[in-house]
Amino acid sequence: MSSRDTILQRLRNRSGGELRAPACDFSVLKRPDWSTAEKLGLFQKTIESVHAEVHRTTEMDWIEKLIELMAARGVQSLLASNGTEVGHRVTQAAAARDDFPEVRVYDKAIEQWQEELFSTVDVGITSTRGGIAETGTLILWPSSDEPRLMSLVPPIHVAVLYASELYSTFHEAMQKQNWRNGMPTNALLVSGPSKTADIEQTLAYGVHGPKELIVLVIE
Amino acid sequence: MSDHAHASAHHIDVKEFHPRAQAAIHNPKIRQNFRKAMDGLMTKRKSAFEGWDLETLRDLGSNIRMRALANLPDLLEQLEAKLTENGIKVHWAVDADEACKIVRDICVARDAKSVIKGKSMVSEEMELNHYLQEHGIDALESDLGEYIVQLAEETPSHIIMPAIHKNTDEISQLLHDKTGTDLSHDVEYLTASARLQLREKFRNADVGVSGVNFAVAETGTLCLVENEGNGRMTTTVPPCHIAVTGIEKVVPNLEDVTGLLALLTRSATGQHITTYFNMISGPRKPDELDGPEEVHVVLVDNGRSSIFQDDELLDTLKCIRCGACMNHCPVYTRVGGHTYGTTYPGPIGKILMPHLIGLDEGRHLPSASSLCGACGEVCPVKIPIPDLLVRLRQESVDGDKLHPAKVRGHGAKRNSLEAMVWKGWSFMHAKPGLYRMGTGMAAKFHKLQPGNLGAWTKYRTAPKLAPKTLHQRMKERNT
Ligand code: SF4
Repeated sequence: MSSRDTILQRLRNRSGGELRAPACDFSVLKRPDWSTAEKLGLFQKTIESVHAEVHRTTEMDWIEKLIELMAARGVQSLLASNGTEVGHRVTQAAAARDDFPEVRVYDKAIEQWQEELFSTVDVGITSTRGGIAETGTLILWPSSDEPRLMSLVPPIHVAVLYASELYSTFHEAMQKQNWRNGMPTNALLVSGPSKTADIEQTLAYGVHGPKELIVLVIE
Repeated sequence: MSDHAHASAHHIDVKEFHPRAQAAIHNPKIRQNFRKAMDGLMTKRKSAFEGWDLETLRDLGSNIRMRALANLPDLLEQLEAKLTENGIKVHWAVDADEACKIVRDICVARDAKSVIKGKSMVSEEMELNHYLQEHGIDALESDLGEYIVQLAEETPSHIIMPAIHKNTDEISQLLHDKTGTDLSHDVEYLTASARLQLREKFRNADVGVSGVNFAVAETGTLCLVENEGNGRMTTTVPPCHIAVTGIEKVVPNLEDVTGLLALLTRSATGQHITTYFNMISGPRKPDELDGPEEVHVVLVDNGRSSIFQDDELLDTLKCIRCGACMNHCPVYTRVGGHTYGTTYPGPIGKILMPHLIGLDEGRHLPSASSLCGACGEVCPVKIPIPDLLVRLRQESVDGDKLHPAKVRGHGAKRNSLEAMVWKGWSFMHAKPGLYRMGTGMAAKFHKLQPGNLGAWTKYRTAPKLAPKTLHQRMKERNT
C-alpha cells in the first residue's frame, strides 16, 4: 500500500469515538464600521509603530513626493512595473524629468538578470491591493506585471496605497475581495520592513528583505 | 525508521533529562538568557491581546482546529486535489525517514547540490539537514536564529526563537569564529553581515525548503508566517520549492487562517501580525517572471496518525506551534530548551514528543512539570496541556486500569514498589474503618517519621505528620 493510503486509512479507521466538527463563529474578529479617515489613522499608527514610513499624498502629487524621498536617500536606481498604473506613472515621470533616478522595468524573467537585481537596484515600487487598518498591513498580489521579487529584494520598498481601499480587518478584506474564489500563485500581507529579533531580542531591520518600507497613501 | 535513527535531536539521550536539568539550573548564563527573553515575551503577549475578548478568540481558535481535525482525512484529500490542480506536486511520508528520502529524491532528480532552508520545525523533526549532508547535499539555514544555531552545531532551544539561549556576546564570537565578521555588540552590524552572506546563498541555491503554518484545503494554499523575509526568499528565489508539513496543519477554509493568524503572532511574539504573511498557491505561471518553476509539498505523518486515534490525546494535534506554552513555563524558563533533548521543548514537547519517540525514551518528559497550569491557560487553541501531562504520566506507569494505556512505550516507568504503595493507598481510601486506623497510627507514631525522604527532601523540607488526624480533631471539637 502506498504511504498515502496507509496514512489515510489509519486516519479513517481511528479507534476513538465519532469526531464532531464544532461551529466556528468569526464575529470576535469583527471591528466597528470605521470611516476611511479612522481606518487610515489606525493603519498609519500601527504600521509606523513597526518602523514603516507613511506619507499622505494625492493622485496628482505622489510622484513629486516620491522624487523628494528618493533624492533624500540618494537613490540611484528604481525598479518599476511594466504593466501597472503605478509603473506607468513612474516611467512617464522618469522620461519627462531629469531629477529622477534611473528607472528599470521588470520585463524579463529573473534568470536573465538575477545578479543585477540583487546588486544594483535600490528601490522597488509596487501598487497594492488595499490595506488592513487593524494590523497596519499592505495587501500585495504579485503578478506577471508586478513580479514577486520587486517587493523583496531591493533594500527599499515603496508601496502605493489608496486610502479608499483600506479594510478594517484581514477577515473583512478577504471576504470583500472574495479570495476564496481564486488565489494568485503568491499573495502577501506586508506589515513593515523585514526584521529580526533573533539576537537577544534586539530588533534589527532589513535582515533579508527591505530595510525600509515607505507607504505613499493616496487620499 | 530504517537507515538512520531519528530518535532524538543530534542523538542526545532524552532519558538523561535530570543531569542536564541540574547543569542548566546551575548555569547562570542560561538562567539569565532565558529569564530575560521569557519575561519579555510574556509582557509582549499580554499587551498584544489588550482590548480583545481573548477567551472568545481562543474558543474560535480551538474550534477552527477541531473542525479541521474532525474531517482530517477528507481535508487532506481535498488539499491534495486542490494543490495538484494548482500545479503543486504532493507527496506523503509515513515517517521522518521517508520524508527525508522524498526531499532527497526531488533534489537528485534536479541534480541539486545546495538547499537553502526557511524555518521549519518539521524539518528539525526529520533531521533533514543532517540527512541531506550525508547524501552530499548542502543544506543551509537562512532564518537568522537557525543560521546561528547551525553555525554553532547545535539544535534550536525554542521553536520560535531558536537561538534564544545565546546572548549577543556569544553570537558575536560565534560569527567571528565561523564567518570572519568583526567582534561587535552592534546587532545591526551582525545582522547586516549575515544578510550579505546569505543573499549570495539564496541566489545560488538549487532548492528552497520551507515549513508551512497553515495549509488551506479549499484553495490549495500554503501559508507561511515570518518576519525576516528569508521565508519569502526561500520560496521565491530558487527554481524549486519544497514545503514540508505535518498532516495536521490543514484547515478547511481560507477564512480559518484569519482567526489562527490573529492568535498565532500575538501568542508567539506579541505582534499584531508578523512582517510577512506569505500565501503560496502555485508555482510560477508561464507568463510570470519569477517564483519557483516547481513546488512540492511533503505531507508528513511521523506519529501524528497514532495521536489521532485517541479522543483525549487528539487535542495535541490542535497545536499551532506558537511557543506561548514554553514562554510561560516555569520549568522551561529555568532549565532552557536543550535540557529536554527533544526537537520540541517545553510543554508542547512534553505532550508531543512521547508519541514521536515513545514513552520509554521520553519517560521523564510528562513529569518534568509542576502542573501549575500556565501552559493550558495561555494556549491559543485551548489544548488542555496539564490534563494531557497527567494522562501521559498515567500511561508511563500503566496507572489507569479503566483506560488501558496506548502510547508506544507505555509502562516504562512502572515500578512495582510504587504500584504496590498506590494499591494499598487506594484500598485504604475505599475502606473508612481501615483509613481511620491507618491515619490514626500515622498520627500516633508521627515522631518516628524520617526526615530524609530521598529525592523529595533534597530541595524541600519533609511535610510533617500532625500529632492528631483531622477526624480526631473534628471529633474533639464536636464533643
Ligand atoms: S501547545 Fe498551545 S501554547 Fe504550546 S505551542 Fe502549541 S499552540 Fe502554542
